[in-house]
Amino acid sequence: MKLDLILRIGTKLLLPFILLFALYVQFHGDFGPGGGFQAGVITAGMVILYALIFGVKAAKRIAPQGLVERMVPLGVLIYAGTGIAGLWLGSNYLDYSRLARDAPYGHELGIFAVELGVLITVAGTMTAIFYAFVDRGR
Amino acid sequence: MRAIMPHLPALQVVVPLIGALLSALLRRGTTAWALALLVSWTMPLIAASLLLQVLTSGPTSYHLGGWAPPWGIEYRVDLLNAFILLLVSGVAAVMMPFARRSVAAEVDQDKQSWFYSMYLLCLAGLLGITVTGDAFNIFVFLEISSLSTYVLIALGRDRRALVAAYQYLIMGTIGATFYVIGIGLLYLVTGSLNILDIAERLGPAAAQSSRPILAALAFLTVGISLKLALFPLHVWLPNAYAYAPSFATAFLAATATKVAIYVLLRLFFSVFGIAISFEHLPVSEVMLALSVAAMFIASLLAIFEQNVKRMLAYSSLGQIGYITLGISLANEAGLTGGIVHLFNHAVMKAALFLVLGAIVFRIGSVKLADLAGIGRRMPLTMAAFVIAGLAIIGAPGTAGFISKWYLAVGAFQKGWWPLVFLILASSMLAVVYIGRVVEVAWFREPSGLAEKAKDPPLSMLLPVLVLAIATIYFGFDTQASAGIASQAAHALLAGIK
Repeated sequence: MKLDLILRIGTKLLLPFILLFALYVQFHGDFGPGGGFQAGVITAGMVILYALIFGVKAAKRIAPQGLVERMVPLGVLIYAGTGIAGLWLGSNYLDYSRLARDAPYGHELGIFAVELGVLITVAGTMTAIFYAFVDRGR
Repeated sequence: MRAIMPHLPALQVVVPLIGALLSALLRRGTTAWALALLVSWTMPLIAASLLLQVLTSGPTSYHLGGWAPPWGIEYRVDLLNAFILLLVSGVAAVMMPFARRSVAAEVDQDKQSWFYSMYLLCLAGLLGITVTGDAFNIFVFLEISSLSTYVLIALGRDRRALVAAYQYLIMGTIGATFYVIGIGLLYLVTGSLNILDIAERLGPAAAQSSRPILAALAFLTVGISLKLALFPLHVWLPNAYAYAPSFATAFLAATATKVAIYVLLRLFFSVFGIAISFEHLPVSEVMLALSVAAMFIASLLAIFEQNVKRMLAYSSLGQIGYITLGISLANEAGLTGGIVHLFNHAVMKAALFLVLGAIVFRIGSVKLADLAGIGRRMPLTMAAFVIAGLAIIGAPGTAGFISKWYLAVGAFQKGWWPLVFLILASSMLAVVYIGRVVEVAWFREPSGLAEKAKDPPLSMLLPVLVLAIATIYFGFDTQASAGIASQAAHALLAGIK
């Protein structure tokens, strides 16, 4: 891959925009197509593209194995934790109504946190599966 | 304390879920075990207070996310599922101290925290299936528990564990798919996913078009039967139990199939039984035939098995036959027998598989030939095996006798007296396969591997002894097991046409 100048420079240029697009899909998910799952896949796609061009070693510098494996439970923990927050504030589990000053804002905030959890878990899981396949060949 | 009381149904599932996530984050075997222990010991407290709540003031309902049923997901606890919740969480809590050394010996160091994570996730899934009152939510929890079960089985050191896990993955997925198809058909005709709501709407819907409902019944029965390993849909079970880590085998044998049986009970009696009579489809006749076949064929296979762990797996299939026999009798005594056997079998099979876990811990083998004379070297452990074995046979004074008694009474009440002889005859087969192990373990000179064995450390011995004593205890004090089971059976049959 050393000689493929266009691929390497092109990838480097693309990476930030892929991540930006992932974040757009994530946070614009309330109004358009998108949401945590799609954004997570796009984020993982960024890491996978980087790994394809620069090698897994380089990819593991930006997304270390340990971090990726911890992202998997962390995202679900954010999801479940949002439910616990509702419980803490005196409503039922996963009821977001009391998270903010009134119910619609509370729901908005709750969904925001939950979708963030989905993003983290999906990105982590996709990357972890990719690493697992790549590491087998070594 | 007062503040969390109304949230107990949700906490029953959320606490093990959070525990699973935390132990995956911790990444250290012993800390993860401590966390799993803490969670496992909290669960029966929650289940017991739910049961008390149900006994004093009737079924409780919890609206997840504050959305009212039938639109939102409802967690609904009545006598039957409070009983199952207590069973699953109680057995898990008793077994948990056993896990530390057993898992440390049988699972690779770097995978131990994942093991506990998967165990807790499986527990969350099983408790979720039991507590929820939403048919689709059952499917979600079914998948959670199944996926974590596949991992638990695949974590066995033996490479054949991978094949066994894969086989179970395929069969389990077919079962889950059938379940979804069945639920989809029910949704089609009733427009609802809430179990109570479906039951209410199914009657009028059945009057209009009964064919999709019968198809749903068929799909659901086959799908759940795959999960509970009803003969002949059992092929995944012997290998899965034989090659999984010992603790995982004991946990799954005691809980996973039992929860699947609960789903079957719920569907048959709380959903379909109210709406349609079983005369359209010979469900109970087919169930009866398969149960009797399981009782005999699985027990015969157990007799000729040389791997004791797999032998007990076949024995489980036979015992599941007794439970489904009780369901197919569909009268109060028979159903009580089925439910109480579900309880008793969980306790005694947990004891037996934990004994094998202790043997694996000491000598690293469960081949019958290697167990020669081991009773003299591990007297307490093997004494527990004899007690729990007697319960499997159904000897008077053990828990197994109580359940078979109820089953026999149920058969008599139906006028099917040959069935009583079949129950007795299949118990004789259990005498042979349990007796074979007892003979080898106690009446032969210790040799080879068994020579150097001794009783396991206290943390492993205690759960085994507690479960063995429990099998005797529930043979005498039947108020807790058979008492609640007969109330639950009464409630299930109340709505039946």
